[in-house]
Amino acid sequence: MSPSRIDEALAEGPAFIPYLAAGDSGVSGSEATGGSEDVPSSGVESTKEYVRALVRGGADIVELGLPFSEPIAEGSTIQNAIVRSLSGGMTPDVYFDLVEDLDVGVPIVCMTYYNLIYRYGDEEGPEPFVRRAAEVGIDGFVVPDLPAEEADPLREACDTYRLDLIFIVAPTTRGERLRRIMSQVSGYVYVQARLGTTGARADVSDQTDTSLGRLEEWDVPKAVGFGISEREHAERIVAGGADGIIVGSALVDIVAEGETDEGTVAERLERKARELKEGALAGAESRPQPERP
Amino acid sequence: MSTSKFGRYGGQYVPEALMPAIEELEDAYQRFVLENDEGFVDEFRARLRDFGGRPTPLQHAEALSARYDREVYLKREDLLHGGAHKLNNALGQALLAKYMGKGRIIAETGAGQHGTATAMACAHLGLDCEIYMGERDINRQRPNVFRMRLNGAEVNPVTTGRGTLKEAISETMRDWATSVEDTHYVIGSVVGPHPFPRMVRDFQAVIGEEAREQIREKAGRLPDSVLACAGGGSNTMGAFDEFVADGVGLYAVEAGGSSLEVDEAAGVAPNSASLSTGSEGVLHGARTKLLQDADGQIMESHSVSSGLDYAGVGPELAHLVDEGRVTPVNVDDDGALEAFHRLSQLEGIIPALETAHAFAFLEEEYEDLGEVVIVNVSGRGDKDLESVIEETAERDIEGTPDMDVFRGGR
Ligand SMILES: Cc1ncc(COP(=O)(O)O)c(C=O)c1O
Repeated sequence: MSPSRIDEALAEGPAFIPYLAAGDSGVSGSEATGGSEDVPSSGVESTKEYVRALVRGGADIVELGLPFSEPIAEGSTIQNAIVRSLSGGMTPDVYFDLVEDLDVGVPIVCMTYYNLIYRYGDEEGPEPFVRRAAEVGIDGFVVPDLPAEEADPLREACDTYRLDLIFIVAPTTRGERLRRIMSQVSGYVYVQARLGTTGARADVSDQTDTSLGRLEEWDVPKAVGFGISEREHAERIVAGGADGIIVGSALVDIVAEGETDEGTVAERLERKARELKEGALAGAESRPQPERP
Repeated sequence: MSTSKFGRYGGQYVPEALMPAIEELEDAYQRFVLENDEGFVDEFRARLRDFGGRPTPLQHAEALSARYDREVYLKREDLLHGGAHKLNNALGQALLAKYMGKGRIIAETGAGQHGTATAMACAHLGLDCEIYMGERDINRQRPNVFRMRLNGAEVNPVTTGRGTLKEAISETMRDWATSVEDTHYVIGSVVGPHPFPRMVRDFQAVIGEEAREQIREKAGRLPDSVLACAGGGSNTMGAFDEFVADGVGLYAVEAGGSSLEVDEAAGVAPNSASLSTGSEGVLHGARTKLLQDADGQIMESHSVSSGLDYAGVGPELAHLVDEGRVTPVNVDDDGALEAFHRLSQLEGIIPALETAHAFAFLEEEYEDLGEVVIVNVSGRGDKDLESVIEETAERDIEGTPDMDVFRGGR
């Protein structure tokens, strides 16, 4: 099979993969729309602007969250973003239109929960959602509440429409489970840096190195996420063997803060993206060079 | 090994970080609960008897039998230690956690009964315990909050959403995703990822096992109908399990709340009738019947009783409804409050508001329930008195005590 757009993005060096909750403009729904229910919020326009800023700052792939009302894998930062987005009128169709308009030249990964995928369209099951995602130019999925055991129907639909299905490997994933998941991953494997939920942290967990060590033998790109917020984290994690870093809450924090003395949200997102991408590049530089034949 | 599905329902829809713990739990459930390894089941039964007060009576209800002109029997789970059926499951899971070598327990609670039962079981077995409870439910169920803390449990208020059971379950899952290596999540009903729905049903099945023997002794036959209220459905499945294979009528009584209509735009269902009105989806680890909008966003539910106030229901119950084996019915808040007062006056039993739903259905439909009816009294109503005073004041219910007027004062 020819390489996917995600494969190509990861082949070019350490990747910076930002996450934003689609439709989150940082202000809660009724304030954002002036209370109108059928205008699906200024959040859509903000998201487009923010994604473009992240790409200018060096994003190689963008994970765009489609908000679900019960986000059990998210910490409070992203939970709040999801509440803001949903109260601004975000729906799967609004999301698909947003992505269709985006046209940023980097692969888009849809991150959402299984019920939204399962319920979409007139037929039962994930096929209509995946078909529509492919139409609007989505390249892959991350579904945090769908372990490999339940993923067959979604994987089949992804194969049909040539989308990547990215699995999360947790610090608790070992042995036979790890082998089973790694043999099913496409695009990249999402290495969960620490136990728990999403949320920016001040330090890098030792669990990250252990997890990367466990994955060493697998020839699949490894992107590390959960807790990364600083240039130094990016550098350390890439130096430790990661092919990419995924950053969500640290960026959502910027969106939530709104404009400050340091600049507009878009300006600050672009700057943060550049900082993290540079960290990733520096991490790759400092790696021991593999011997060339 | 038992399958993770009930027909099309059930499964294991949880973050990968939890899957190894769930596999470990499946093994423990198989070994200790199904195969009685290390005498687990014997110890569980002994503790249920001596600490819990089992067996609970099956009482012939004289006033209700006269009122409805049939034989009404009450399975008195309100007499179980802690005041509700919840102890059967909480004690079973806490003991299992001990057998698995896990020293920390977390749980969610709606009415506070499951939290109370878990806190009691943990104090009894020497385990650390933290309970998540929605803020709204903390305000509705203050006596139970105090009971949990008396037993040494931490109570963590959950402020997201409407602050009820749905949010408390999500928050407990988040804690579990962080602490899974040394912590067991004692889920409070027949919901969640496999093996929870089967395991909780097995722990609750003691209700129906006893009731079956007791009704044989007292009535000399099986009942025509068994009634139980359904939130997640644990007292329902506990009461039904022994009768599923027979022709007994099984009625799961849901909370109709203030209305069965749904406000789609606001994302609110003013009821908790997921079996009667819900549609299939995936929530909190399982595929089941849910209150959700056309996009698959979960609705906020409503019931006057916190323990029924949940947008989902156990997957096995959803399956039995599809199979036509269980009949889902519902009664509204008003009916439940009336039944609360009626049972208190007629039988001297103050039921939980959850349980009162089953009695409201009995009042409405007794003519179609046959000659011998068992109602599962899932719990007692002490915890609800503050709510009932408030809710009664807003309604015109016949024969309720007026606290401003006393007769007989000399
Ligand atoms: C007394 C009582 N009955 C019923 C319920 C509903 O739960 P389930 O449907 O799992 O029995 C509760 C929940 O807290 C309860 O406290």
